[in-house]
Amino acid sequence: MAHIQLPAGLPGIRGPMVFSPETTKPLCDLVQVLLTGPHTLTPAEREMIATYVSSQNDCVYCQSCHGSTAAQHLGGSDADYALIAQIKQNYQATPISAKMKALLAIAGKVQQGGKYVTAKDVEQARQQGATDEEIHDTVLIAAAFCMFNRYVDGLATWQPRDPEIYREIGKQTSQLGYVGRDYKKPLQAIAAKQDRVEV
Amino acid sequence: MAHIRLPEGIPGILGPMAFSPETAKPLNALAEVLLRGPNTLTPADREMIATYVSSQNDCYFCQHAHGAVAAYRLGGNEKLVNEVKLNFESAEISDKLKALLAIAGKVQKGGKQVTAEDVSRARQHGASDKEIHDTVLIAAAFCMYNRYVDGLSTWAPDDPGLYRENGKRLAVEGYVHSTDRLLANVQK
Repeated sequence: MAHIQLPAGLPGIRGPMVFSPETTKPLCDLVQVLLTGPHTLTPAEREMIATYVSSQNDCVYCQSCHGSTAAQHLGGSDADYALIAQIKQNYQATPISAKMKALLAIAGKVQQGGKYVTAKDVEQARQQGATDEEIHDTVLIAAAFCMFNRYVDGLATWQPRDPEIYREIGKQTSQLGYVGRDYKKPLQAIAAKQDRVEV
Repeated sequence: MAHIRLPEGIPGILGPMAFSPETAKPLNALAEVLLRGPNTLTPADREMIATYVSSQNDCYFCQHAHGAVAAYRLGGNEKLVNEVKLNFESAEISDKLKALLAIAGKVQKGGKQVTAEDVSRARQHGASDKEIHDTVLIAAAFCMYNRYVDGLSTWAPDDPGLYRENGKRLAVEGYVHSTDRLLANVQK
């Protein structure tokens, strides 16, 4: 049960978002500019950073949503979902670019705390071709997910485990982005389950 | 030296904000609504939550910037702000604020650290769902701002007078207006 009374049937951050529309607006604006284009890092790469940090913070809802959105940006195949799972487990062993690996290393340091990022970490990213903008954005995406993850877990929101729910969220988000959406609208994967339970 | 090339001579978060105006906008809008929007928690209470979390994250710039706003709001009571950072349980603040600071301290360590008992304590001292929500989100947001400031290794001045002046400016003008004005001057 959530720590405060949140609207029923809305998973993860959606409950607090609907509870507090005045904070939701800047939160959505922030995630929109951070994770959607136009940027030299692709939306899939940005979602991977968000997913990795959320996984390091052990936030089920955020890592599942953003992992699914990343996979959908890559095409949405089982192999894409498998790649995202591997990135969470051990990104160094995945076929992602050396630049992305260096940026994920920075993101992992930010997750532990800002002061963990060293000049050497930044130098390694630069050697693989990362720009100042890309390093800046990596730090801010990682920092922002240290906020989103704490928001979602700090209120003990409902975080279902059914992968179908996250597949639906990933499809929606990869197509629609984050701004101007109706987060009150029930997810089909959840409504379908509830119908079955009631019957 | 900062990890990326930031405009020179601008302290703390203002450097990355000048570097990236498109992200500065929602970051300032969030601080504005969280710390200054209509709320049953006073701006001073909310700035103390921000200051305490920034202090737990060891972020020099943020704890001094927001500590100065809190002190200004409290009529210049820097002593109280320092006591809150060092040991809020023995500071002269309300039981409700102590319970909310305890929740904020848990959020700083990680969202899952917040327990039903922590929330129940806050509720026993009269905290509403909105106040608990806002405390969690302020604490979470400062886990972001602190990491942004330190993760880029920004410059933090150590002159208390500068933070005092900045605290007054932020309290009077707010996060959106004062930052817009400051950054407009930087870019010129």
